[in-house]
Amino acid sequence: MKAFAKSSLGWLCAGLALLVVYNVWHHPDFIKITLHDGHLYGVPVDIFTQGSRTMLLALGMTLVIATGGVDLSVGSVVAIAGAVCALLLNAGHGLVVTITAALGVGALAGVVNGVLVARLALQPIVATLILMVAGRGIAQLICDGQVIVIANRKFDFLANGFIAGIPVAPLLVAGLFLATNVFVRRTAAGLFVEAVGDNETASRFAGLAAARVKGLAYVFCGACAGLAGVLWAANIRAADANRAGENAELDAIFAVVVGGTALTGGRFSILGSFLGALLIQTLATTMYFRGVPPAVAPVPKALVIILVSLLQSEKVRHWAAGLGRSRKAAA
Amino acid sequence: MKTSPLLKIAQIVLQTAMVGLIASLPGRAAETKKPLKVGFAQTGAESDWRTANSESMKSEAAKRGVDFKFSDGQGKQENQIRAVRSFIAQGVDVILLSPLVETGWEPVLREAKKAKIPVILSDRSIQTSDDSLYVTFVGSDFYEEGRMAADWLGKFTGGKGNIVELQGTPGSAPANERRKSFGDALKKYPGLTIIDSQSGNFEMSGGKQVMEAFLKKHGRNFSIVYAHNDSMAHGAVQAIEEAGLKPGKDITIVCIDALRPAVQAVVDGKINCVVECNPLFGPVVFDTAAKILAGEKVPKKILNKDELIDATNAAKLLPTRKY
Repeated sequence: MKAFAKSSLGWLCAGLALLVVYNVWHHPDFIKITLHDGHLYGVPVDIFTQGSRTMLLALGMTLVIATGGVDLSVGSVVAIAGAVCALLLNAGHGLVVTITAALGVGALAGVVNGVLVARLALQPIVATLILMVAGRGIAQLICDGQVIVIANRKFDFLANGFIAGIPVAPLLVAGLFLATNVFVRRTAAGLFVEAVGDNETASRFAGLAAARVKGLAYVFCGACAGLAGVLWAANIRAADANRAGENAELDAIFAVVVGGTALTGGRFSILGSFLGALLIQTLATTMYFRGVPPAVAPVPKALVIILVSLLQSEKVRHWAAGLGRSRKAAA
Repeated sequence: MKTSPLLKIAQIVLQTAMVGLIASLPGRAAETKKPLKVGFAQTGAESDWRTANSESMKSEAAKRGVDFKFSDGQGKQENQIRAVRSFIAQGVDVILLSPLVETGWEPVLREAKKAKIPVILSDRSIQTSDDSLYVTFVGSDFYEEGRMAADWLGKFTGGKGNIVELQGTPGSAPANERRKSFGDALKKYPGLTIIDSQSGNFEMSGGKQVMEAFLKKHGRNFSIVYAHNDSMAHGAVQAIEEAGLKPGKDITIVCIDALRPAVQAVVDGKINCVVECNPLFGPVVFDTAAKILAGEKVPKKILNKDELIDATNAAKLLPTRKY
């Protein structure tokens, strides 16, 4: 229990639980899940389905941030991947080709970022900003400035379908989180990432191919963004080069940071990023449910974010613990 | 810095590519002795509506043999100001401006006035204490659009029902006006009430997300959706279908914009009514420009007539929709 309270994950869970309790207090239907046409139906299902894209972006972002970098281009890569999906599907290509191509485009974007950051030693913010700005233009070029409707019903299944009553997108994302977690924790990969993030020079002297580790993190992040782009397009059955993935990079970075991975790199938590993304989506749904006027919605959102960040700050917790102790001593 | 040459090269390559692109745009051949020279400072290419708007201007200019200079502001006011300055320097006959934001235009418009070049504002207006800075405003009546939607609903539902509203981006002129006018017009129909209103940011995915939440929060306690644009209505249609209901039948849907996919949805019976916000400004704008140059007096505000499209006329109108 004590260890749980000390870890920042514990506090994130507490924040999430508080938010859910608050919602249920006002509207008991918030956690109601029913069977509807043979599949699960309810607010929690929506949160997981709609949140799956941010979760996916956060997964890739976790490894990049752990190497001490950041990837601002994920939102634009989402738009490009969506545009590629629309282009290929409407040209009559199959799902396998389309999804492989979208993933490939995402990974390619990651390669560009990786080369700029790891080989040419550009600052990650600057390097990925290039693709963030240019990427949306590329997506617009592919779509010719239009929103392209995708008619393929099988494609739609990815984001809106159900397997045994459970929505596909969260299943897919959960599977990826598990696989990634096993991969980085059961092999030396996670250790390499943390070592590079902690001290790149030292890890290089220890014989680690630091540049390669960094580069691969960006490629992985790009591929995740590519898949997120597929889900984005499948969710609305259209490629919207202008708006798809807009500001998504900020949500992803927030999810990672609130999940306990520091922007300075080093130790990272994949589970934390998952919970962070879940918190963001729950917050968004809370605003709809509580009927907060959209013009002021950013304020309560910001307050919750500040609160969770404060709860996680070791300094604040020390200070609070100190207050408790001195009060006890006085009594 | 060891990386700066690289950046420099990238910059040069980009610039060369841009110059090449601009040069390759088809130039308007001079048909008459001295063609009319018109410069248009567009906001950018942020939506289908905007693209259709630009296309309309370009094609109308080509039809009339106007020497047309088009500048895409890429969503930045400073680009638009620069474009207007360059139009003044080139000595165009008329300047068209779709101001991205409402303020900050006085200095550059004063320069245009000094150069005696008439300015026509299109689509969006500006806030200024000096009305003489532009000749006229040509645009859509966002306020009227909301009123038309409300009146249609009043007739269609017999003035009864609970409404959920999908707002556009908070603070934007179309969202503000469409919200206000709809609410004002509903006062005539006491049986129609807005029970919830959230922003879907004019986006399809936003509209879908908000609609999903509404469906869970209110259950079947509402029967009407009013969306500030097509995209959010499309998103709402998907959310309603996924909840096992029939959009257009179980829930009445009204939206504004009327791009082709929305008109198609009316034909398919998934959306009940769309109020048109016509982006095809070209003919009106160039007619107005011709009048101004001929010395005729034009009104300070020219509002486009928008149409109402529902099941009765959608099928007939669909083939005429180019955008």
